[in-house]
Amino acid sequence: MSKFKKKQGNTTPGISTASLPDIVFMLLFFFMVVTKMRDTELMVKVNTPQASEMTKLEKKTLVNFIFIGRPSEKYEKQVGTKPRIQLGDKFATTDDIPLFLAKHRESVPEGQKQSVISSLKVDKDVTMGIVGDVKTALRKAGQLKLNYSAKQRERTK
Amino acid sequence: MAKKNRMANEINAGSMADIAFLLLIFFLVTTTIAEDKGVLVKLPPFSNEPPPELKLNTRNVYSVLVNAQNQLLVRGELMDIGKLKSNAKIFISNPQKLENMSVSPKDAIISLKNDRGTKYGTYLEVYNELKAAYNELWEEAAMAKFGKGFEELSSEKQKEIKEEIPLILSEAEPTKFGEEK
Repeated sequence: MSKFKKKQGNTTPGISTASLPDIVFMLLFFFMVVTKMRDTELMVKVNTPQASEMTKLEKKTLVNFIFIGRPSEKYEKQVGTKPRIQLGDKFATTDDIPLFLAKHRESVPEGQKQSVISSLKVDKDVTMGIVGDVKTALRKAGQLKLNYSAKQRERTK
Repeated sequence: MAKKNRMANEINAGSMADIAFLLLIFFLVTTTIAEDKGVLVKLPPFSNEPPPELKLNTRNVYSVLVNAQNQLLVRGELMDIGKLKSNAKIFISNPQKLENMSVSPKDAIISLKNDRGTKYGTYLEVYNELKAAYNELWEEAAMAKFGKGFEELSSEKQKEIKEEIPLILSEAEPTKFGEEK
């Protein structure tokens, strides 16, 4: 009896934390892989409006992004404060849109070209004039699927 | 002697977890699992010819105008954005069969027009409300017909409902008011 008791007292090993680094590293790698560093620098200020009727953009490769907003402080001196279009990593006009779309379409595998979506990331304080011009340019270029990027909110009552 | 040597050679890995935790927390904080969501829109194809003059019964047209002051004019009357959805729903379904509203959901046409000076935020809000009106009507139709939510239905049944209550939204060329200088 006394022997048994003694043994129990001696062998209370703390939980081994040796595998803790492994677990943490696994999580770490997961987040490192998932994290996507922004690849294109935003040159315009874009604060998208809120909406409730949203559709998710499924395939990233089928989406091209068009940013519209006022130039950020860094570029104000060069281009002024009027709303601008940003395609890829430079400022553009509506005339550059067809080429931009054609370049993106080239990277899309054959057979999926008709499901290409243009995602419009537009600042909520921009007026519709420039947005309308972009829409017309997109229609002329045959890009009819659009997605107005927005933040999720509840549907109004 | 030998024992001492071995002890000196072993690197203490106890702080490894701390370092890894630090990195983990950094990535946790910086990660924004990018969810790209937005309002899906299909544009009409471009043509140089002016659209054909259609004789539309005015009772079937739900005209929405958004001006450069971000005010809403719905069928000739000033309206609050908050009321747009419920008003549009009543217009489309016309439960009381009123003379001045759409004959049936199939005939209802939403016509949206904005100025060049309209704020994009307002425009999208209006668009969103109109879409919400249709989404709610589809949801109600799905419940009444199949006793299930619209999202849970098969795509054929969804199509069936969408054929009964088609979303027809025509956007006119914006007028040139309030263009930013």
